[in-house]
Amino acid sequence: MFNAFRTLLGRDLLLAMRRRSDLFTTLFFFVIVVSLFPLGIGPEMKTLRLIAPGVFWVAALLASMLALERLFAVDYEDGALEQMLLTPQPLFILVLAKVIAHWLVTGLPLVLMAPLLGLQYDLASDALGVMVVSLLLGTPALSLIGAIGAALTLGLRGGGVLVSLLVLPLYIPVLIFGSGAVEATASGMGGQGHLLMLGAILVLSLLLAPLAASAALRISVE
Amino acid sequence: MLEVAGLACIRGDRKLFSDLSFTLGEGELLRLHGHNGSGKTTLMRTLCGLSRESAGEIRWNGASIHKLGEEFTREVVYIGHKNGIKDDLTGVENLRVCSALDGCPVTERQAWDALERMGLMGHEDLPSRVLSQGQKRRVALARLLLNKSRLWILDEPFTALDVAAVDFLQSIIRDHINSGGMVILTTHQEVKITREQVLELRLGWKEAGHV
Repeated sequence: MFNAFRTLLGRDLLLAMRRRSDLFTTLFFFVIVVSLFPLGIGPEMKTLRLIAPGVFWVAALLASMLALERLFAVDYEDGALEQMLLTPQPLFILVLAKVIAHWLVTGLPLVLMAPLLGLQYDLASDALGVMVVSLLLGTPALSLIGAIGAALTLGLRGGGVLVSLLVLPLYIPVLIFGSGAVEATASGMGGQGHLLMLGAILVLSLLLAPLAASAALRISVE
Repeated sequence: MLEVAGLACIRGDRKLFSDLSFTLGEGELLRLHGHNGSGKTTLMRTLCGLSRESAGEIRWNGASIHKLGEEFTREVVYIGHKNGIKDDLTGVENLRVCSALDGCPVTERQAWDALERMGLMGHEDLPSRVLSQGQKRRVALARLLLNKSRLWILDEPFTALDVAAVDFLQSIIRDHINSGGMVILTTHQEVKITREQVLELRLGWKEAGHV
């Protein structure tokens, strides 16, 4: 079982390495959206500091949405997905491996890029630190929750738009606690409570999202 | 042993077949006949558990396949219209990933050997993207050489293959049956699998066919 998990994780990372253009689209989308705001608003430090958490988190949300479509679609088209359903491995493990690989490729680069982009918004170093931690806890949860939507809309025409409608409402708690953590730290209240909530959301989605996505995949492939 | 009792499949509003019953024992091959759209692929996908039956039951050694779950999928190889191989991976990588997920990991050497036997010598480490249709099919079929599953469900396995590959595939199907395996296949081609254990099933007649 663990072997299957490792194999699939390795396969997806290898595929991502061979298709690097896909890999960078999400990252550049995030970088560009986040950089547009200071250009549009102008060098008003106080305003920028105020909107930074919201801008970062909304950009992360949209970037994560953008990448969702490819999560299962390629495997669905070339038939690898139906073979996955027929392996003697628990589907939960396979879905988890795919989602983790997906996060490593599309989510982690955003987290690593965030401190650098934060400088444009004149964020204090402790607020930057909390931003990274909140993204580190929040973006895997986004990938996990998004996997349910991606699995449900598999093979549908116009699935991309439908995914946003399905998944964006579910992203709201992550958005609230993620940007809340940074805001609270910046205003001197301490964002620990928000981070703990984000952690709880991550654990819960780690447990339930692969189950829901597995069930959705079985329906979509039928 | 695979037992099918009173199976019915409905796609949309159309009844593809109903009240279909047969038994497939060890060392037997079942060949499905039927015109296009008669439900051969649906039947095969239902038999391996990808689609749900509308009525009836499929049993493997006496237990329902949906209850057995992974215990049943361990015993099945399904090769459908889609090859299920990744275009960006080489033949060897594809084969090793498939085998590892099937629960019987193979070494790189074994994967090379299997592809060589499949007639892909010299193409093992090329990305599958550059292979021809028939060569991709051969990569997919190479799984049969490495798999320990007892039930093979092959949907049009001979499409895109050349004469030599068709002969080779027929010989491995024959070997599988002779060693007690079970095969269900569809093909529009004339196949010379001359064994007495071949069952034929016709779909799409006025009433669903019985064996």
